[in-house]
Amino acid sequence: MSVNQEFRPKIVAFCCNWCSYAGADLAGSSRLSYPADVKIIRVPCSCRVNPMFILRAFEKGADGVILCGCHPGDCHYSTGNYYARRRMTLLFSMLDFMGVENGRTRVEWVSAAEGVKFSTVMNDFVEKIRSLGENVRLGDLRCKK
Amino acid sequence: MQRIGVFVCHCGSNIAATVDVKKVAEMARLEPGVVFADDYQYMCSEAGQAKIGAAIKEYNLTGLVVCSCSPRMHEATFRKCAERYGLNPYMVEIANIREHCSWIHKDMEEATQKAVILARAAIAKVNLNAPLQAGESRVTKRALVIGGGIAGIQTALDIADAGYEVDIVEKTPSIGGRMSQLDKTFPTLDCSACILTPKMVDAAGHEKIKIYTYSEVEKVSGFVGDFTVDIRKKARSVDEAKCTGCGVCQEKCPSKKTPSEFNRGLNNRSAIYTPFAQAIPNVPVIDREACIKFKTGKCGVCEKVCQAGAINYAQEDEIITEKYGAIVVATGFDTIKLDKYDEYAYSQSKDVITSLELERIMNAAGPTKGHLERLSDGKAPKEIVFVQCVGSRCSDERGKPYCSKICCMYTAKHAMLIRDKYPDVNVTVFYIDVRTPGKNFDEFYRRAVEEYGVNYIKGQVGKVAPQPDGSLLVQGSDLIDNKQIKIKADMVVLATAIEPNQGVRNIATMLTASIDTNNFLTEAHPKLRPVESPTAGVFLSGVCQGPKDIPETVSQAGAAAVKVIGLLAKDKLTTNPCTAQADELLCNGCSNCAKVCPYGAITYETRQVNDHGIREDRRIAVVNKALCQGCGACTVTCPSGAMDLQGFSNRQLIAEVDAICR
Ligand SMILES: Cc1cc2nc3c(=O)[nH]c(=O)nc-3n(C[C@H](O)[C@H](O)[C@H](O)COP(=O)(O)OP(=O)(O)OC[C@H]3O[C@@H](n4cnc5c(N)ncnc54)[C@H](O)[C@@H]3O)c2cc1C
Ligand code: SF4
Ligand code: SF4
Ligand code: FES
Repeated sequence: MSVNQEFRPKIVAFCCNWCSYAGADLAGSSRLSYPADVKIIRVPCSCRVNPMFILRAFEKGADGVILCGCHPGDCHYSTGNYYARRRMTLLFSMLDFMGVENGRTRVEWVSAAEGVKFSTVMNDFVEKIRSLGENVRLGDLRCKK
Repeated sequence: MQRIGVFVCHCGSNIAATVDVKKVAEMARLEPGVVFADDYQYMCSEAGQAKIGAAIKEYNLTGLVVCSCSPRMHEATFRKCAERYGLNPYMVEIANIREHCSWIHKDMEEATQKAVILARAAIAKVNLNAPLQAGESRVTKRALVIGGGIAGIQTALDIADAGYEVDIVEKTPSIGGRMSQLDKTFPTLDCSACILTPKMVDAAGHEKIKIYTYSEVEKVSGFVGDFTVDIRKKARSVDEAKCTGCGVCQEKCPSKKTPSEFNRGLNNRSAIYTPFAQAIPNVPVIDREACIKFKTGKCGVCEKVCQAGAINYAQEDEIITEKYGAIVVATGFDTIKLDKYDEYAYSQSKDVITSLELERIMNAAGPTKGHLERLSDGKAPKEIVFVQCVGSRCSDERGKPYCSKICCMYTAKHAMLIRDKYPDVNVTVFYIDVRTPGKNFDEFYRRAVEEYGVNYIKGQVGKVAPQPDGSLLVQGSDLIDNKQIKIKADMVVLATAIEPNQGVRNIATMLTASIDTNNFLTEAHPKLRPVESPTAGVFLSGVCQGPKDIPETVSQAGAAAVKVIGLLAKDKLTTNPCTAQADELLCNGCSNCAKVCPYGAITYETRQVNDHGIREDRRIAVVNKALCQGCGACTVTCPSGAMDLQGFSNRQLIAEVDAICR
């Protein structure tokens, strides 16, 4: 598949405060780059991310949404990422059915020590979204004004 | 409408070199609610904070956005600053334009554009912030130390000396850890037991220290200042109060075929045993898997010979539940298994041993009574080869990517001790690099080479081949002279990589403390908070955090103790006000939220509500602010949209999404 390098996707990354946000900080202090298309929103835990936020992002023109949390078993609140994992499995299959392909949504576990993983995951995700092109399926004209 | 001030930090050139800070401020001024925006060299400095204060007064600000480094770095600083100048501290949001922007992007235009968007998201959020009030929680003035090696012992002693109670939970029958297995210790060559035993005795005798050996932590709940811990005290089958430690039972026990854990399986122990002579407590345990009485019902010799009547076969595991304000992890390390390293013939020859096994062989209380001899035939070796970095600094799957840090020094120690006691034994060391930074460390290594004539060869060993005559043919390369070397050795010692103790993953999970890809516990900040875990109230001591020798372990143990003391000295902790809250009018009392709350913070009450003029009694979710930790699980589960999280509300997060996708 030809990858359009001109296309700059809009990508929202929800990161839990305790592991993944810290992993992103470590990627930063280690100067491990990934495309500027990724914008991070800090949430206390992956379980704080309401499916509505993700739908909203796609409605508003996001091309990809990624949710990052602590590794299973390592959630700061013990069980939050298990909830997130189940919720996102359902949401992503529903989104796929609606035409927002599975490649545009992703869940990743990144610990506070995994700066390298954070940057690798983001590079890979952006690459994937670039290959998929612009997301048009959920773009709602009323939302875009 | 909010009156927001935006402050863009240069962070010297850390931000300003890749982000056009003036442009970010200029763009911020166009956002709704923003009445003031400026940039400054160092926002976190005294002068920077004074600038924020002046703007709060002059422009009557109600909210602040600081575009700077990560909130994990300076959110607290700017919250305090806001408070100092009369603003509620929770009216501050940080746009992370350093770690998440300037440090990872090279193109100025691109980075600036991203910084503008990140600022925009933070501004959108602050527009919806509301003042929050932090609550208070109590501090239980007792600490728990998990692991009774030198790290755990030192941490416990330091905490106890400051006047606080400490409990040590140790998995094995005695405290002491690896250090009790060592013979002599670098860089001074003093006897390990001679410096460790007094500390063990001090800990055991300290009025503030309680030691649970042969015990494990089973369950942890609660949070900083107020943990509740279940400790499983495994059945010793010996009454600690009655036992006098005479040792007769161990002598008479007929089951003597169990490999001794303490001597690394080099000899056997009885079924009823204390791991070593100076064990604390000096009370044996019955290994029920080896005991004939437990296996067949017959025997009972120990019960008969025990004058004190201390043997109790019916003893059961005991669960002790205790409250703690702080928890220190000091679970230490083990050496890696060598099953993937066939080339060194470890499993084929008894004369290929690990360095830890050599410690036991050199020790007067060890399996050979301190005589250096081959385990295969008891003969004195004449030619010994040491192989460094076995499984350390390894690029493939078999070993560990890190340097185990202690091996260069202990091998120099072993080589020196052997040459000192047996001057006719040849000692060769194959190394990749010799790494001996540390006070008096390089001098120590040079003594091994210069005074003791140890033969150091830079190069790797490819193969150790056992020969029919019982010797070991060591094939290696000499990288400096660029030639292949063959040595006919009598003994080969492998400096085996160390790794965190098994079970640390389980401990980390119970404490919700994070561990890295090598199973070492992660520190809250690798430079500035090296003895704290990212989980509040959980601290790190010793090798469980990363490879260390004894001097470093003891320093870190003291540092962890200071952090614990600092916490226990407080009477109250301020709690996070970002807690959940249900909207009375929207809640339908379905009970979904309580089911997902990991802290049991949600209960239900019947309340009279006034729903558009209709008064009625309704069942409504109520969140206990002291218990809620603010994860947000309940907010997503709520089918009515009634439950929301202060500080990270639905509207705030959606505003951020909108700002980013705009
Ligand atoms: C061959 C060799 C030679 C060495 N020589 C030297 C030397 O000469 N000089 C020097 O400075 N350093 C030396 N060291 C390093 C030294 O051994 C360590 O620095 C030191 O032992 C670290 O102490 P620690 O308390 O962190 O870990 P450990 O000594 O491993 O103690 C950890 C303790 O925690 C317990 N534990 C583990 N898991 C649990 C659990 N889940 N629950 C409860 N308890 C648990 C363990 O049983 C153990 O008692 C040597 C190491 C080796 C391998
Ligand atoms: S936010 Fe988390 S801790 Fe607080 S009440 Fe909801 S589920 Fe419980
Ligand atoms: S889940 Fe929502 S509606 Fe149900 S009890 Fe909790 S707050 Fe009320
Ligand atoms: S805190 Fe990271 S997933 Fe829950």
